Amino acid sequence: MIKELIQGLSITAKHLLPGNSTTVEYPKQRLETSERFRGLHHLVLEHDREKCVACYLCPTVCPAKCITIEAGEDKNGKKYPTVYQIDMLRCIFCGYCVEACPLEAIEMTGEYELANYKREDFCFTKERLLK
Amino acid sequence: MPEMLSLSNDPILFLSLMLAKILAVFIVVILIVAYATYAERKIIGRMQTRLGPTMTGPLGLLQPIADGLKLFFKEDIIPAQSSKLAFLLAPMMILVPAFITVAVIPFGGDVVIKGFAVPLQITDLNIGILYILAMAGLGVYGIVLAGWASNSKYSLLGGIRSAAQVISYELAAGLAIIAVFMLSGTLSLRGIVAAQSGSVLDWYIFSQPLAFCLFVITSLAEINRTPFDLPEAETELVSGFCTEYSSMKYALFFMAEYANMIVVSAITATLFLGGPAGPFAGPINLLLKVFFFMFLFIWIRATFPRVRYDQLMFMGWKVFLPLALLNIVITGAVVVFL
Repeated sequence: MIKELIQGLSITAKHLLPGNSTTVEYPKQRLETSERFRGLHHLVLEHDREKCVACYLCPTVCPAKCITIEAGEDKNGKKYPTVYQIDMLRCIFCGYCVEACPLEAIEMTGEYELANYKREDFCFTKERLLK
Repeated sequence: MPEMLSLSNDPILFLSLMLAKILAVFIVVILIVAYATYAERKIIGRMQTRLGPTMTGPLGLLQPIADGLKLFFKEDIIPAQSSKLAFLLAPMMILVPAFITVAVIPFGGDVVIKGFAVPLQITDLNIGILYILAMAGLGVYGIVLAGWASNSKYSLLGGIRSAAQVISYELAAGLAIIAVFMLSGTLSLRGIVAAQSGSVLDWYIFSQPLAFCLFVITSLAEINRTPFDLPEAETELVSGFCTEYSSMKYALFFMAEYANMIVVSAITATLFLGGPAGPFAGPINLLLKVFFFMFLFIWIRATFPRVRYDQLMFMGWKVFLPLALLNIVITGAVVVFL
């Protein structure tokens, strides 16, 4: 029994030596996110306008029903979303919208610091998603 | 050899020096208590591959002050169904014995001031150890009272456990120390330090290794430190005897726990490690020994899980008590026949 007690003590003593901490001091030190990380959405640009053609596949597949789209037509007769809005308070970051999109017009970034003070600030409009 | 300073040969000097000694010891103990919490969190954090406090001041050094301020400004809640007087009294009754025990611990040899020898010890009782054991026994009243006065089942269970634990372990601790008296022939701590004052090999840890181990383990149990912290076992009893306490009253329990740690370390150092003997000035040697034991206690807390209640009782009555008795018999035989 005493051998085991000493073994335990030696393990904790080894951890005491510098360089054994696994803590990431978060605000000062940030881990890099994986390429496949599902963070804040981003609408892809194509010739200074969004690639999205308002096909409604993403709001259809969205399990949280957080995407609002209103379709419109530009002067060339091309469909585009006049409104494209994601409610981040409802979004569950499942990434189905990205998978469903036939044009790869929406993608997810590594941005994860989404806390805010006001409810309205969680409503990401088209302009904010295009940034 | 200069005359020993006493109340009869220079009362004013005696009283002022006494006050100075009391203040110095009190401040040192309070400071150690404050920074023991920091050291404990830092060391246990490192041992569990965390960092411990880092944000309050450089390296988190202001953490004890921040904790103190926080506890000071917390709402002081006294449960409606509690026994008010006992509820108020309990934290004091646990803290006071912890602090006054330090009075008999010698922290250096004699200093000559104005032609008088002044011992670096607040008071040298000729029954020093008996006094320490008595105070250790009194400390548990605070816990039992807190448990009973709170009128909460968790607190009551914690208090009862504490009483049972102290009865079981005080016996073994007391018997372990008896072997030391048999060698020193005195109960005064000053006398015990003097008896170990030769070389390092005169320290009782070498002639009484079993008593040393027994005393360290049983005193851990007496001050309710892990792995014997059953009175406040978080996993079963919420927070045990101090469940209902908040604000400064809770802080007093906390301070008492660390003060008890310091006291036990100092007693162990005095009884077995020659007290203030060592390469540096007396008080520094004693402090180093105290810090060593406190590190050991923190290390043990970071490593071992809490023992089960039946294991605790088994160890107290069936392992430590017979071992302590055996140690007395062996010591007696050695003292008489060699």
